[in-house]
Amino acid sequence: MKKVFFFSLLLLTGIAANAQSEKYVKSMEKLIQAMDTTWNTDRLVELSNSFERIADAEKTQWLPYYYAALARVNAGYALGKNNAAEQTDPYANKAEELINKADALEANNSEIYVVKKLINTLKLIGDVMGRYMTAGAASAEALAKAKSLNPENPRVYLQEGIDKMNTPPQFGGSVEEGKKILEKSLEKFKAFKPASSIHPQWGESVAQRFLSR
Amino acid sequence: MSAKPLLLLFILMTGVYSLHAQTRISGKVTDKKGRPLYSASITLKDSYDGATSDSAGNYSFTTTETGSFVLVISASGYQQTEIPLTLDQPELKVDVQVKEQITELRAVVISAGTFEASDKGRTTVLNSIDIATTASGMGDITGALKTLPGAQQVGETEGLFVRGGTASETRTFIDGTPVNNFFYSSVPNISQRGRFSPFLFKGTVFSTGGYSALYGQALSAALILESVDIPDESEGRVNVSVIGLGAGLQHVAKNKKSSWGVNYDYTNLWPAFRVIKQKQDFYDVPVYHTADANFRIKTSATGILKYYGYFSHNKTGFRTNSIDTLGYKDAFGLKNLNTYHNLSWKEKIGRKWRLQAGTSFSVNNDDIDSHLQDGTNKDILLTGLEFKQFGLESRGRFYNLKAVLERRLRNLSMLRFGAEYNYSNERSVYTAYNGLRFDQRVEEHIKAAFAETDVYLTNELAAKIGTRFEHSSLLGKVNIAPRASLAYRLGEESQASLAYGIFYQNPERRYLPSPYDLNFSRAAHYIAQYQKVSRLTTLRLEAFYKKYHNLIKTEPFNNTTVAANNNGYGQAHGVELFWRDKKTIKNFDYWISYSYLNTKRDFLNYPGALTPNFAATHTASLVLKKFVLDWKTGFNLSYTYATPRKYYNIFDDGTGSKIIDQGETPDYHNVGFSMNYLPKLGTKKKGQFTVLVLSVNNIFGLKQIYGYNYSYNNIRRQAIIPPSRTFVFIGAFISFGVDRTDDIINNNL
Repeated sequence: MKKVFFFSLLLLTGIAANAQSEKYVKSMEKLIQAMDTTWNTDRLVELSNSFERIADAEKTQWLPYYYAALARVNAGYALGKNNAAEQTDPYANKAEELINKADALEANNSEIYVVKKLINTLKLIGDVMGRYMTAGAASAEALAKAKSLNPENPRVYLQEGIDKMNTPPQFGGSVEEGKKILEKSLEKFKAFKPASSIHPQWGESVAQRFLSR
Repeated sequence: MSAKPLLLLFILMTGVYSLHAQTRISGKVTDKKGRPLYSASITLKDSYDGATSDSAGNYSFTTTETGSFVLVISASGYQQTEIPLTLDQPELKVDVQVKEQITELRAVVISAGTFEASDKGRTTVLNSIDIATTASGMGDITGALKTLPGAQQVGETEGLFVRGGTASETRTFIDGTPVNNFFYSSVPNISQRGRFSPFLFKGTVFSTGGYSALYGQALSAALILESVDIPDESEGRVNVSVIGLGAGLQHVAKNKKSSWGVNYDYTNLWPAFRVIKQKQDFYDVPVYHTADANFRIKTSATGILKYYGYFSHNKTGFRTNSIDTLGYKDAFGLKNLNTYHNLSWKEKIGRKWRLQAGTSFSVNNDDIDSHLQDGTNKDILLTGLEFKQFGLESRGRFYNLKAVLERRLRNLSMLRFGAEYNYSNERSVYTAYNGLRFDQRVEEHIKAAFAETDVYLTNELAAKIGTRFEHSSLLGKVNIAPRASLAYRLGEESQASLAYGIFYQNPERRYLPSPYDLNFSRAAHYIAQYQKVSRLTTLRLEAFYKKYHNLIKTEPFNNTTVAANNNGYGQAHGVELFWRDKKTIKNFDYWISYSYLNTKRDFLNYPGALTPNFAATHTASLVLKKFVLDWKTGFNLSYTYATPRKYYNIFDDGTGSKIIDQGETPDYHNVGFSMNYLPKLGTKKKGQFTVLVLSVNNIFGLKQIYGYNYSYNNIRRQAIIPPSRTFVFIGAFISFGVDRTDDIINNNL
């Protein structure tokens, strides 16, 4: 009888653990899907909060923190404000806090550095003149690091291309060259295989959108 | 054990597992004032469940969890709030009030009396490039600061004359410790530059009053400079200009944990003086050799050790027509040797403590010789004018040590305390015409202790309260100087501040040694400020009242002037305005400053309370900066105006000081212009950076009279004017290995 007891207990905990990870993946998948179809600040903040909840509950997973940071920084971009640091900084700062948590769980990940790049660029556009030397440099540094960690990461070329397109010609920007880099990112996207259904895989449609401009 | 209870247990457990007792949690999140909080995150701790509040602060979500949980409410700018609850009913209503967090981003800044020039602070009015590119500043730190309110336009001597105070009442500090010879040694009627390049410093705080208890021995103002840390990249530099040559190297270790650098500059004013006629006849054209070396080491993730060493030698000699006897000339020669070493260390100790320690050592040797010469430039001794022939050797040794411990308290509140020791040993040997030598030595040990606290009561209200205690071995006296300031935020961008403080200073070295018993001079500052700062505009209004006590009175003694007593006194009050605007006109930056000053003092040989000869009632500056991207050129223009200053001929006939002549100088006008051309701007090749500079001071050659000199017998007087009306500087700065184009552009845009 004792054996039956232990067996059932084992079975039970097994089901619970399975259910837990299934719950995690399901919840993540649902939120990631929602993120792909949203470009609205309020909705992105909600999603960021949801990811953060999962992250705080799971404690050892870097992906929910990564997505929480990504959703948060995108929420800042979705405001569509340039040179309005007082409005965009809270998003950048919160996103930074979140990505640092992801970084602490998963060191030297190219994807994390892509988000760090996005955060610093958001800070930069908050006050272009005042922050070129600080946030501008940090942004470039993060992207370079992302590239060195994984030269096959298509999101690195996506960001590089967008940057090139958005920089004024006097400072070395060029729409043509930017588009060339985006083409390269599309090639990388074709070859890219995410490690799981919830690992980063966004960006291809963004590249296409910028290319069609 | 029978099977029954086990089955029961099994059913119970699976029952708990599968029974979905749903709970709906809803409520409203507000701040302490009852305003709804938007976008706050509400989380059932350790679960996936939660919600985000809407624009009315409302939230709701359902959870299948049961038992005891903690509801966590977090929103940026607010303290995280936790509420324990038990999920045992289908409907739970939880309304939450959250407290505002006191953060650097939102908190009021204690700013009365200070102008900050750095690349980070929110109250920053200028950044380091602004200092270098202010047209009338000619690349000198104090030149740029003179365009800020509070400083006088004194052109005949170096230093910052602030709010009715003399230049000696302003002290300069580098990385916490005082600098004893910040300017090149004084030359009669020619203002000298500061020794240090503005690019050595990442932060400059110019306090025109009411400054912190961490600093002492300055009655009026403090110039607080913070040196740069480890640079981003290695670089070499070369500069060529009409006044000299220079080269330098800065090497940064691969891991960016340490760096070292060396620089050498040679300045020779001969070519410039060939083109720009000087009033003085230079028999020894000014020649300067300056060399410096530095190293910076990161001692940990939070600690840095910095060393800066400076060495300079300069020489000059010139003749002017003697005012004392017609047809003869006064010859003045100066040789100066100066070294300065500063070692500082900053480190975080644990989570709450920070240590800042610094030490500096400097040597300053001046050799002055003075002669009366005839028409053929031969030395001559005339009866009654023997005093015009002398030699003066001054030897100064200075040592400073300071340590400050800082402890973080709740919120942003802070406690700082520490101690300081300043040693000076100044010897001078005066050799008279007849070979008689007068050897003097003044030695001083000042020991100080201080404590200060920053208290942030809310984001809106903050106070800084401090006290400084000093003991002077020279005076054999102690002083206790309380300081306090208060800041209150009025709105998103505006705040009001008040500051009060007592400040002490020793008698000036030049009136020492004295046979009399002396005391510290004392000043009390009262400052009220209003400030409105947005990212692109700054408005500051400040009113002050300053009361001086125990100022030094002097008297003739053995053919010199010595400090006699502390019976002097004075007061100054005024209103100042500063407005900077980068917003109204695109890519155009300007600032306006205005100072009103009403001051009188009885000090030195004044026969009573007078408006001092260095104080103008109204002073105003307009500084314009425009960068034209298509031309790759920055244009800087500045205009400074000051109302007339008083001048006096004060003469002591043996029965006491009397004014035997007085008047007012004409108005002062100065228009400065400078241009920086960056030919490499926008080119893709990084690694080389060139800037060509043209800078013209007093571009319209307006006549500037600073005051008058009187002959020893009071028969003649002579206007004190600059050596040349206009000065032109042309130079090229080339650096290799790092692209600094971006900082120049972005600070000029």
